[in-house]
Amino acid sequence: MITTIVDIVVAGLLMGGIYALVAMGLNLQYGVARVFNVSHGEFIMLGAFLTWFLFTAAGINPLLSLAICGPVMFILGFLMYRIVFIRLRRVSPSLDAFEANSMLAAFGLLFIVQNIALMIWGGAMRGYSFLNFGVNFLGTTFAANRLAALVLAILVSAIFYVILVSTRLGKGIRAAAADPATAGLMGVNINMVLTLCFGFGALMAGFAGVLISMCYPIYATIGLEYTIIAIIVVVLGGMGSIPGSLIGGFILGLVGSIVSSWQPALAIAAYYVLFMILLLVRPSGILGK
Amino acid sequence: MNIATFAKRFWGQGLILILLILLATFPLYTMPLFGSDYPLIFLQAIIMFVILTVSWAFFSGPTGYISLAPAAFFGIGIYTTAVVGKSLPLLATVAAGGVVSFIIALLVGAVTLRLKGIFFAVFTFGLVVLIKELLLFWEITVTGTRGRFVLLVDNDTIYYIIFGILILTLLTTYFIRRSKFGMAMQSIGENEEAAAHMGVNVTLVKVITFAISAIFMGAAGAIMATKWTYVDPYVAFDIRMSFLPVLMAIFGGVGTYYGPILGSVVFSYLEELLLTKFPYYYMLTFGIILVVVILYLPGGVASLIERLRQRLQKGGLTGKHANT
Amino acid sequence: MRILEGEKVSKYFGGLRALSNVDFHIDQGEIVGLIGPNGAGKTTLFNLISGALVTKRGVIRFKDKKITGLKPYQICRLGVARTFQSVKIFANMPVLENVLLSSFFGMSTSASSSDATRAAIESLEFLNLSETRATPARDLTLANQKRLEVARALATNPEILLLDELMAGLTHTEVTEAMELITKLRDKGITIFMIEHVMKAIMSICDRIMVLHHGEKIAEGTPTEVCNSKKVVEVYLGE
Repeated sequence: MITTIVDIVVAGLLMGGIYALVAMGLNLQYGVARVFNVSHGEFIMLGAFLTWFLFTAAGINPLLSLAICGPVMFILGFLMYRIVFIRLRRVSPSLDAFEANSMLAAFGLLFIVQNIALMIWGGAMRGYSFLNFGVNFLGTTFAANRLAALVLAILVSAIFYVILVSTRLGKGIRAAAADPATAGLMGVNINMVLTLCFGFGALMAGFAGVLISMCYPIYATIGLEYTIIAIIVVVLGGMGSIPGSLIGGFILGLVGSIVSSWQPALAIAAYYVLFMILLLVRPSGILGK
Repeated sequence: MNIATFAKRFWGQGLILILLILLATFPLYTMPLFGSDYPLIFLQAIIMFVILTVSWAFFSGPTGYISLAPAAFFGIGIYTTAVVGKSLPLLATVAAGGVVSFIIALLVGAVTLRLKGIFFAVFTFGLVVLIKELLLFWEITVTGTRGRFVLLVDNDTIYYIIFGILILTLLTTYFIRRSKFGMAMQSIGENEEAAAHMGVNVTLVKVITFAISAIFMGAAGAIMATKWTYVDPYVAFDIRMSFLPVLMAIFGGVGTYYGPILGSVVFSYLEELLLTKFPYYYMLTFGIILVVVILYLPGGVASLIERLRQRLQKGGLTGKHANT
Repeated sequence: MRILEGEKVSKYFGGLRALSNVDFHIDQGEIVGLIGPNGAGKTTLFNLISGALVTKRGVIRFKDKKITGLKPYQICRLGVARTFQSVKIFANMPVLENVLLSSFFGMSTSASSSDATRAAIESLEFLNLSETRATPARDLTLANQKRLEVARALATNPEILLLDELMAGLTHTEVTEAMELITKLRDKGITIFMIEHVMKAIMSICDRIMVLHHGEKIAEGTPTEVCNSKKVVEVYLGE
């Protein structure tokens, strides 16, 4: 099969949709709640493993798992923020200190979650077959599961964007992101908004995990990989900008696809080089303030 | 303040304490003479972690910039040995590991230390992975050989060398911290903007401190490489070598000189004991302890000790603060 | 002699215009006040002078040497020192060390250990802080912390001192003490450029006053002149 530009572009978009979703969750957690949640990827991993487990043990359709994993991760994230980060916010002397401390605490959480997963499921690769057939579109064949993942990713992002823009909760979130102190004075229950945001971030991670498990094999240590990708996309698209994460996700997906078609072994390195250049040249990203 | 009081700053309590500890740990120097191999290997690992942790805390402690680069410099040290180990005398190789790490740290620092704290942390993390991926690519695609064989060195020599590096690390970090330079470092951590306005070349201080911390990490990597007969990028650039020193330092308490030492001794001891049998439990416990410490004891174990010390002092004397 | 001057100094934060075409000059030995409503751009101007912020629009010169674009530590060593609106002392370091840092690093030529220590001690004495030498800075009262900031700045041997709202939060007596301090500093030969809201102080010790509003200089002159300026009255009464 000849690799055409269309192939590369589409492969990039398919990956990009998931990247965008993953990044949006982290964006909520860092852009709004100011928690640099390096354990974000672990929620993705949990979502993936939960889906795999439900599918292989109980035959539950992964699409249905979205409705299960999402809320479960939301609750986990909600609790995590409530138990760990609210207290941390209170005891940290400054915002910078809070950011540093919360990153470290998130590291701790990363170890906890990852090792519990390792204890339960071991380090072996898992996978299952779902929608594993080809779909013909624009003269090329794509895997149906990846297509479904892309569609769902965009759907979730769109729904979330709508919530952000038109609901009261969304306005509260944007206010909290822009200026937490003033938002608090204006009657926004800051703690609740931030906790909800964190929960939503985890929810999106859970969703991403479901979609990932549909398309790729998974293992208990994939968390960190996706966390890094999320970070890169968030920086690329602009901290605090949800549309930015969407765009950034697709861009990174394309970059990965292009580099992979030339030298697969360099894909990850390419991400990092891009990332490092970004940090140095334009840390605010494409749409960031 | 005249010469006498100024000298006291250097030959103060701290140094006497260190001399005492050095004396008390005398057995350590002579270990190879009467110890069997296993305790020696055990000690090597502990000393390695102490070096990494103390070096990490030397930079990240006072400046407040969390660096995740130790694994990168350690790995660079390992690869330096892999590349030149067979052509140079051992000590030169170890020194080379330190020098190469120093240079790379200077470059990385100069470029990235203008970044905000969180981004610096992520950048240094990325550095570890980037170097690993690039080396992997190089080895697979360009040279065709995966990994390298390292010269073999006997345990006793490894022990002496890494012990020597430890002493160097401890002395260097101690004296620098007590110096004018150390004061500048601390002021940056307290309030970087104010420090800059009082004449401190903040970027220069940060970069040099970062680079100095890398020397010992690189040297440690260089000598530890001789324990593994074969190294490849995965072995050499293990991100755990960044996470663990951070955890150990925070647990021990970053605000004091002995905190990181305490934390690394305790945890590396535990690690050596538990890692082979219960790796997941070990890391899990580590994670829990880290979260608990950050939430409830941000100053680490050292802060508990300091509080105890103050209480004892207050009880003993008239309650006046001791002049450090 | 003009010790500090600025031409067409402007600063934009994204679309927000913080300072617009501000021309100013300070002569050696003067005490010049900088007043204006909140958000007028006063601290921004100080930040541009001290190097905390950069701008490509406009030029600032210290003793005829262009300092726009230099780093804060370089500007400090040239002889421009400042205090901060929100006190930025080194909280966990003892008072003496706070000042030692400046005398070690902030003077125009590198000082030897004993010279630096002497300078630091003298600076503390000038500010009546000698007794608190060993106290961690965070344990000082607000007034003393502000004194510490001045001592710190003084230890860099400056020719001009920028004081950013030194008197904010001080009691009546403390304000009078601060006014005396400023005059003493001027008598020592240090030019003073001060941002203040405490009108009594501005009116009584300043030789000249500049008024900023929405990033523009709207008035300048002696205290009496400025008081009588219609524009200034409008701006302050209108607020």
